[in-house]
Amino acid sequence: MSEPTGNRTALTVAVWAWVVLPFGYGVYELIRKATQLFTG
Amino acid sequence: MPPAALSVHLSIGQAYAWSVFKPPLESSMDLSGTASALPFQLGIVMLGLSAAFGGTLVERNGPRWAMFVSLVCFSSGFLVASLGAATSQFWLVVLGYGFIGGIGLGIGYISPVSTLMKWFPDRPGMATGIAIMGFGGGALIASPWSSWLMERFGTDNGGIATTFLVHGLTYGVFMALGVLLVRVPPEGWRPAGWEPPLEQGHMVSTADVSARNALRTPQFWCLWVVLCMNVTAGIGILEKAAPMIGDYFKDTDTPVSATAAAGFVALLSAANMTGRLVWSSTSDLIGRKNMYRIYLGVGALMYLAIAQLGDSSKPLFVVCALVILSFYGGGFATVPAYLKDLFGTYQVGAIHGRLLTAWSVAGVLGPYIVNKVADHQEEAGKTGPGLYSLSLTIMIALLVVGFIANELVRPVHPRFHEPAPAAAAEAEAAPAEKGGDR
Repeated sequence: MSEPTGNRTALTVAVWAWVVLPFGYGVYELIRKATQLFTG
Repeated sequence: MPPAALSVHLSIGQAYAWSVFKPPLESSMDLSGTASALPFQLGIVMLGLSAAFGGTLVERNGPRWAMFVSLVCFSSGFLVASLGAATSQFWLVVLGYGFIGGIGLGIGYISPVSTLMKWFPDRPGMATGIAIMGFGGGALIASPWSSWLMERFGTDNGGIATTFLVHGLTYGVFMALGVLLVRVPPEGWRPAGWEPPLEQGHMVSTADVSARNALRTPQFWCLWVVLCMNVTAGIGILEKAAPMIGDYFKDTDTPVSATAAAGFVALLSAANMTGRLVWSSTSDLIGRKNMYRIYLGVGALMYLAIAQLGDSSKPLFVVCALVILSFYGGGFATVPAYLKDLFGTYQVGAIHGRLLTAWSVAGVLGPYIVNKVADHQEEAGKTGPGLYSLSLTIMIALLVVGFIANELVRPVHPRFHEPAPAAAAEAEAAPAEKGGDR
């Protein structure tokens, strides 16, 4: 019973990483640009 | 389910980053600014049309089918556009990105909406907010990524073609996750420990209305006006954000540089994106009608503040603009849950698709008003905040119209409701048709 649960957790982490990592890249680039309002 | 929806919405949200391709296309294919905007404009028109006309098919065939169609259209649209750039045939870029890709935008936009609300009956606003936030976030990824690719491959026809090709293939793989993961919950599914409230709010219906009948209700058209007015007002700022903040504070001690204006635009994108999740989740607590009262009423006050303050305070100008843009995003994300409250989940995806024609109209109306008025004021010799005062007044009036339309929304008359046995029979027949979707 524990192995299927472990597989399911790994799958959940993997599919969330699939969408969160590119999104994180976008947010990082956004913050870089947004700070220009105060420094530019 | 949320990652499945996000993989589609984060991809198709690329549409908002089309402007990255405009300057390279203009120089390599000798196009005007108007011509280079054509693929995007056709894409948005096709989004509205395919969502309106494809909504019933999406309801009938299920979200997996819809996400697959979206993947094929959006991805192959880039491949056709790549062929167009490689052969210097701009019409192929328009056909590929605008027409074929635009169908992918519309079908993909509505594909997870009704399924998400069935998975999260306790928090439908938050559920659709997550997906529709993804659409806002898609441009955040695509804009720097596309620029990075063109720095590597070049900005001539060959470089643009390769960039389009990489986009088509990458988005095809990325969206495949949604196709593989999406599932419709079993009939009557509820989150663990959650029971539907015995007494629903005055504005929340337990009955179902078909997409065809929804078009016959005044509620649908009131919401159409509400969405159109809210989007028009938001686009009014979004369209002219960079030149607007520059013009506003040009004659002050703290003028805004082009770099700082770009930072302002980025902040507006962040507000647009976070508003989608935050405000639509808030609507689960305070109700959709109250949420739209805030979007439209407080939004009008924010526009009034910008008009009255003029160039006296830059921080206040920025805060007001951010609030307006967060309401713009929130309006998009809250409307599926508003539709679900009024018309039930039976064909809410199809009804949502038809309502998105309001977006297509607002996409033309908002920029037209702001640009036309600003040009006219400039010809009249006005400068600074004076360039935009009339536009702001018009936006306030539009928001007031939207506010009144929202006040007119009442529960749907029972004569439009589906007979309960028919709805049940349709629901029972659906699993056999949808096959692997469950």
